[in-house]
Amino acid sequence: MMLGYIGRRAYHSVISVIGLLTLVFFLTRLTGDPSALYLPLDSSLEARQAFARLNGLDQPIYVQFFQYLQNLMSLDFGQSLRQNRSAIEVALEAFPATLKLALVAMTLATVLAIVVGALAAARPGSLFDRVAGLVSLAGASTPDFWIAIVGILVFAVGLGMLPTSGTGTALHWIMPIVVLMLRPFGLLVQVVRGTMISALASPFIKTAHAKGMKRRKIIFGHALRNSLLPVITVAGDLATGLINGAVVVETIFGWPGIGKLMIDSIIQRDFAVVQSTILVTAIAIFIVNIAIDLLYAVLDPRIRY
Amino acid sequence: MNAPDKPILRIDKLTVDFLSEGDPVRAVDDVSFDVCPGETLVILGESGSGKSVSTGTVMGLIDCPPGDIVSGSLVFDGTDLSGLDDEGRRELNGRRIAMIFQDPLAYLNPVYTVGRQIAEVFESHGEGEGGAVRDKVVRLLERVGIPEADERIDYYPHQFSGGQRQRVMIAMAIALKPDILIADEPTTALDVSVQAQILELLRDLQRETGMALIMITHDLEVAAAMADRIIVMNGGKVVESGKAEDVFTNPSHAYTRRLMSAVPHADAPKVPRNAAPGEVLLQVAHLSKHYKLGSGPFSPKREFRAVDDVSFTLRRGETVGIVGESGSGKSSIARMLLRLNEPTSGAALFAGEDIFKFKGRALDGFRRRVQMVFQDPFGSMNPRMNVRSIISEPWAIHRDILPRERWNERVVELLELVGLKADHAERHPHQFSGGQRQRIAIARALASEPELIVCDEAVSALDVSIQMQVIELLADLRQRLGLSYVFITHDLPIVRQFADRILVMQRGRIVEEGETEALFVSPQHEYTKTLLRAVPQPKWLRSDPAPIAGQGISGKV
Amino acid sequence: MTDLALPSVRSPGALRQLAIYLTRDKLALCAAVFLLVLIVCVLVGPLFVGELAGKLGLRQRNLPPFALEHGFIYILGADTLGRPILARLIVGAQNTLGIAAAAVFCSMALGGILGLAAGYSERWYSHVILRLADVVMSFPSLLLALIVLYTLGPSMTNLVIVLAITRMPIFIRTARAEVLELRERMFVSAARSMGASTGRILFRHIAPLVLPTLVTIAAIDFATVILAESSLSFLGLGIQPPDFTWGAMVANGRGYLKTAWWIAFWPGLAILLTTLSLNILASWARTVADPLQRWRLQSLRKASR
Repeated sequence: MMLGYIGRRAYHSVISVIGLLTLVFFLTRLTGDPSALYLPLDSSLEARQAFARLNGLDQPIYVQFFQYLQNLMSLDFGQSLRQNRSAIEVALEAFPATLKLALVAMTLATVLAIVVGALAAARPGSLFDRVAGLVSLAGASTPDFWIAIVGILVFAVGLGMLPTSGTGTALHWIMPIVVLMLRPFGLLVQVVRGTMISALASPFIKTAHAKGMKRRKIIFGHALRNSLLPVITVAGDLATGLINGAVVVETIFGWPGIGKLMIDSIIQRDFAVVQSTILVTAIAIFIVNIAIDLLYAVLDPRIRY
Repeated sequence: MNAPDKPILRIDKLTVDFLSEGDPVRAVDDVSFDVCPGETLVILGESGSGKSVSTGTVMGLIDCPPGDIVSGSLVFDGTDLSGLDDEGRRELNGRRIAMIFQDPLAYLNPVYTVGRQIAEVFESHGEGEGGAVRDKVVRLLERVGIPEADERIDYYPHQFSGGQRQRVMIAMAIALKPDILIADEPTTALDVSVQAQILELLRDLQRETGMALIMITHDLEVAAAMADRIIVMNGGKVVESGKAEDVFTNPSHAYTRRLMSAVPHADAPKVPRNAAPGEVLLQVAHLSKHYKLGSGPFSPKREFRAVDDVSFTLRRGETVGIVGESGSGKSSIARMLLRLNEPTSGAALFAGEDIFKFKGRALDGFRRRVQMVFQDPFGSMNPRMNVRSIISEPWAIHRDILPRERWNERVVELLELVGLKADHAERHPHQFSGGQRQRIAIARALASEPELIVCDEAVSALDVSIQMQVIELLADLRQRLGLSYVFITHDLPIVRQFADRILVMQRGRIVEEGETEALFVSPQHEYTKTLLRAVPQPKWLRSDPAPIAGQGISGKV
Repeated sequence: MTDLALPSVRSPGALRQLAIYLTRDKLALCAAVFLLVLIVCVLVGPLFVGELAGKLGLRQRNLPPFALEHGFIYILGADTLGRPILARLIVGAQNTLGIAAAAVFCSMALGGILGLAAGYSERWYSHVILRLADVVMSFPSLLLALIVLYTLGPSMTNLVIVLAITRMPIFIRTARAEVLELRERMFVSAARSMGASTGRILFRHIAPLVLPTLVTIAAIDFATVILAESSLSFLGLGIQPPDFTWGAMVANGRGYLKTAWWIAFWPGLAILLTTLSLNILASWARTVADPLQRWRLQSLRKASR
């Protein structure tokens, strides 16, 4: 059953990814001729044609597309025009930096959000609840590029405590992670608090009180456990959205990850790299989704795939 | 253990408010009662009568919307409950006072095994943990009648049937042999045959442990079957109390009398019937509906026969009752007759023409002549539409029934026909009571001047005192408009006065069919007998714990 | 007892009741007042300060905030060309909010209709709609928007289209989920048994009940769209000069962080305050709508003892 389920999911995902790659292929081809960017302005027509022929750009677009699909089948993802090497290599090289950043940010955001949200829901209307509510809403509302700039302004320019960009030391990690986790943290606190409050009002909590269970056990054993299910779903969606934040954060902090690579490649019309990064990102998101579904099945015995 | 006749719980002049915007809403008003060890006290009342709130305060379970105990005392075994702090309350809950609820699926945590949830009772009160508790839990499950308890202890709530889940709740409640068990509508969501078993279990357990039982119910038969003493609540007040037999046989308060008279019984006056039914209106032949189960490539194909080879005939002016428990396929028949679902095989001739062959204009014509009244009148009306638009919807669909300028006039006529007022037309469904809503649904059904009305559990969601009024209305309309009914219900007694013939269904098949009186007096099929027997017997009439077979249904109420 | 009629939800006092609930939550009241002021600024502000926003002033170049000698309009300082930031904020607000409103409205209308179709029908197109929603949802929206905008060329119309498309899946899915539930409801069966046509059922019975949910989501989504538009404009692929939004203003000021921090700071703060106010109001509305929590906003009077 389980394998069949993963198979079905994979099938849907493959269709999605192929759709996406097709869309991107044709869109990127519309952006103009890359030879304008990669050859000197005064280069001759012959040189341009030679460049186009070398990179298969002289063919009609549908021929290019079939060529691309064919190459895809043999795991050939094309050459990066910018770096003159395998595009997938370029994408895979940038991937770990983003993965590390996203993993740390998402883990911290989820754990913190569950603790803060659960404590807020346990005493709704209390001072802690109100402060947590405002802070989490602010976290979800802050434009990440702006808070990154303000961070640089205060901690790097003003106080000189943290570096402005790069990946060297542990200090380099602080600002990117804080900026990246702000939005998921804020949204998750709201979700945890909401689901906890409705879980605490559900009938089986009444049963637990009627059994004479301790309040702490009711909150963390029964209510939190049940409210984790929707939280996981939202966390999964946010993990996809985290790439959005990564683009901004990596651009501002000069983090050599997949988001920065993507922006640079789009602007420099490095098609093969754009497509490879999309493929890598899509596969990563697919794995996250499967993991979320499996976790769901573990946490909720009613779900069988 | 206390000496007999000394109350273990005494509630005195309890008044509880629910706070809301503006003035508080009084839920319980000056209520006093007590209960002794080994005794069963039934609190009887319809929905909203405050019966659950009064016991909720005993367990400290009312909080949302914020409840407020205005006055009164709750004394349990010498302790004042309202003076207890959280910890003191926690010590009592589960150990000395326990509670079971109406809907066990919602009241059990879906993500934990039942074993774990029962074990929590022991753990919360320091009665051991882990493996040592497991044996106790298995024995408890065996005691409440869960088969293969040592295996099913590791099952999750959704893997049990409704009746078994209630058994699990009971096991949880009696784990530490409490002095009082509060049962809040414990059998309301269950089929009658399962209800009988659960009530039996509660009686047995009470005999064994000598606990006091407080039972909250709206069901007169359940009340009669369980009660030693009874209090009747209405509008938050106790309107009558006393020994069960006295209250039932000689009700003194007007509300109680009205309640008792609403229960259908054998010697009640019959509602008027058509003397001579006309020609055949509906002829159902070999109707079947099968569902395919298991669609995966590895699971074997199975078939679920929701309706299996059902045939019956309905004459003009006649009423056929279809009776069965949930899952017997009775509602599937209704949905097929209205072309909401398509049958797998079979035919249904309406005035000589096959319903299932109707298309386009012919189907539209058919849909004017047959109408349905659903179980839940609130659900069957669009909450955004007012009564006028609801009733006139058939005319909006079938433009040729009535010219638009006559709609308002006709809505008023129909409202008056079903016993409502003209000025109700501008209101929305949520502004009416359940019984009034069902009247609106009937008015809507009448709007297209049908010949046949299919009633699917049309009175099941209503309070008993309202049920009879709606049935009387239906019978009256049958007389005046020459209507025919297919009346589907799970409640055998309700159709006794109303139906001409009854079909008893079990697992998709008709197991017995007969004239109403004959079927009640001498049921042939084993299942019909079980259904009749499952109707609870008044406690003061039973000489021994076993159910008395063959006796009429609640005839002595 | 059984004839007890509940008060109508739509009684004329309902609006007054909402206003009372609003005054009970000080934070929500502040948010509402802020948004009201903002809307007034957007509607009438450009009439008064529209010219000032584009007026170059050599003497005011990089004027720091809170200096009043050049008039109140320079309270928040001036940018590198000496244009008053306050005036530019007001003009930028018009673009920011206008784009977001247009995008949200388009995605709600289109997503709602597609969702209705996908939910009610079981034909092939309902699967196609869902797959397309999956494709859009399974990929980080910012990346998708970047690629599309880079291809089609950044313009206000394209920005609205891209934002609408990236937010559409949520409306499609919500509408579909609601329809799936509603079409099993008894009143739909009742209408069908009376012979109502599919169109009548969809538009008379189902759509009016789906609409409030979609409007609620649209209100919450408004904040998300403002943030997304700001990110795109910040990355340079949103609105193009001479038009500008708050996000573009932050991008302009980014280069002058060390010399004139206020150029980037104020527009970002404006984004934060707007989205925060929207989120606070949404959270308040959830409390009002939730019968389990509404009482927190009610004045509870106990009976006299």
